[in-house]
Amino acid sequence: MDIHEYQAKEILAKYGVKIAEGGLAYSPEESVQRAREIEGNVWVVKAQIHSGARGKAGGIKICNTHDEVEEAAEELLGKNLVTHQTGPAGKVCSRVYIEAGTEIAQELYLCFLIDRSSERLVMIGSAQGGMEIEELAETDPGAVKKIYIEPAVGLQDFQAREMAFSLGLEATQLIHAVRTIKGCYRALRDLDASMLEINPLVVTGSGELIILDAKMSFDDNALFRRHEIAELRDKTQGDPREVAAADHGLSYVGLDGDIGCMINGAGLAMATMDMIKLAGGEPANFLDVGGGASAERTEKAFRLVLADKGVKAMLVNIFAGINRCDWIAEGVVHAVRNIDMSVPLVVRLSGTNVEEGQRIIAESGLPIITAGTLAEAADKVVRARNEVVAKESKGK
Amino acid sequence: MAILVSESTRIIIQGFTGKIGTFHAQDMIHYGSNIVGGVTPGKGGQRHLDLPVFNTVKEAVEKVGAEASIVFVPPAFAADSIMEAADAGIKYCVAITDGIPTQDMMTVKNFLRRFPVQERMVLTGPNCAGTISPGRAMLGIMPGHIYIQGNVGIVGRSGTLGYEAADQMRLLGIGISTSVGIGGDPIIGSSHRDILEKFEEDTETKVVIMIGEIGGPQEVEAGIFAKEHMSKPLIAYIAGLTAPQGRRMGHAGAIISAAGESAAEKVAMLQELGITICPTPAAMGDTVAAVLARM
Repeated sequence: MDIHEYQAKEILAKYGVKIAEGGLAYSPEESVQRAREIEGNVWVVKAQIHSGARGKAGGIKICNTHDEVEEAAEELLGKNLVTHQTGPAGKVCSRVYIEAGTEIAQELYLCFLIDRSSERLVMIGSAQGGMEIEELAETDPGAVKKIYIEPAVGLQDFQAREMAFSLGLEATQLIHAVRTIKGCYRALRDLDASMLEINPLVVTGSGELIILDAKMSFDDNALFRRHEIAELRDKTQGDPREVAAADHGLSYVGLDGDIGCMINGAGLAMATMDMIKLAGGEPANFLDVGGGASAERTEKAFRLVLADKGVKAMLVNIFAGINRCDWIAEGVVHAVRNIDMSVPLVVRLSGTNVEEGQRIIAESGLPIITAGTLAEAADKVVRARNEVVAKESKGK
Repeated sequence: MAILVSESTRIIIQGFTGKIGTFHAQDMIHYGSNIVGGVTPGKGGQRHLDLPVFNTVKEAVEKVGAEASIVFVPPAFAADSIMEAADAGIKYCVAITDGIPTQDMMTVKNFLRRFPVQERMVLTGPNCAGTISPGRAMLGIMPGHIYIQGNVGIVGRSGTLGYEAADQMRLLGIGISTSVGIGGDPIIGSSHRDILEKFEEDTETKVVIMIGEIGGPQEVEAGIFAKEHMSKPLIAYIAGLTAPQGRRMGHAGAIISAAGESAAEKVAMLQELGITICPTPAAMGDTVAAVLARM
């Protein structure tokens, strides 16, 4: 789960990390109010969306007067911002963060994340902040410092110092740097975050170290014990279909194709989508209905897939292990009757009680196309989709 | 011989008396697995499914000689149960539980590293369907009837995609020595490579199929191991050709976040290592059959 920049900063401030003075606003008037509360004569109005690279997308505006703050907020609020991280659909900005302008002497990069290879938290830093770290790691790997953190003892002071020195910080800044680095680490560890990226971490004109932007993601599996983090979820930042699916405990990812999918198991779901592509089609979604696909759950999954009006045909592929094919078949028949489907449906069942499941589908009298194998299922659904498209273009 | 679990392996169930533990215990007993009891803290001394219940794993090891365990404990407590098994001297543990926090798994892996390699418990999972040596023992939640006994080793992250592979082979009359689900989480007990090592040593296994997916470096590491150390042919299928960058595809570990983690990149790297690539998920059985025919 991702959170907003201002939320990450609030968390980090509690861990002793220095941030610029700032406040959140939901309207242009509130934005001016926030600016009045902050001393100085330069303010930055920052669109709060779950994405990096907001500056390039026009989501960050530097203002010298209260009027400019109001104008900037007016422009950003309600706007859909498209960055290379949001995808072409972009993300809507419904809150802005007003921050005191910072005089930047130096921009640094600092990041903590779970490294799957070493099975440890790793701290990554670079004296060249403000740019894409992936690019830097490729073009100049020497400029990127990695320090692995031993889980049993956690981040040690010497490691924080080592990072501070490799960021090029001065001896006078050391105590502050160690405090900042350790604060970030503790926030990550204590709150079950999976990633914390500070880009940039800046040295100000007066030599202070503050975090100018912060991006934080949390381990979904740990939210059950981090209620205060779970509450930070901003549903407006997710694909509405994915948010609805998560509310029903289904795992859904919206894609750009037009063949709707309902499959049990993440691996089989990915494989089925691959088969659709190989058969010449494009999947509209990834949907794992999970192990206990009851009739009610099946119907919810159907509604979710068909809520995407671009879907031209639908494929159900279930390999019943804990489930039984006859239960799944009953769920499918029930869902099709309740929903009044207007697109062709291909169903492929395998595993426990498959004959019984196929009999239920056949005897339902519904226009369900059945398939025996994965390849056959993919071929049939692509063909059904193509027929729908051909008919539509004839109709025009 | 098969790997990890056989008909004589003495198995206990952690989270035995719960609904899920009970359901799958019955299924495993029905299959013929040598289940010798279970653990539910606070219910020690009771009997469940006509088997003894113990308060601790240590007690189960002492009293009924438990060698392997399967964990059905809920996510919040599962890491603790896995570490308890390791501490008690269990040799092989399957963690079925889906949803264990990643930092808890980091702690588990760190705890396991404290044991010398020879004494270290082998862990597979979490978030997996378990392990089955067909005709001998099932230590998992899979439909046992789709696996026939034979000489092909299966290792994969996904449950149902592993079933699909086994079923395609069954329809071609190809049997399996052992099928191991390693789980879909970012940090897991055993890697593809760890399991390949065991298949390489197993006299019964002739060919291995690895069913991988997007995310993480594991499949390529396994491919390098196969090229350098394996005498047996390795076949690989990587799921997720259509998966977009940066989106989590169901499994917590199935996310393309770095270079080399997409399905196409993994396939290209494995091909370069000389691994036989299974071009589509519908061709897993046929690809294995073709490799077997050449031997």
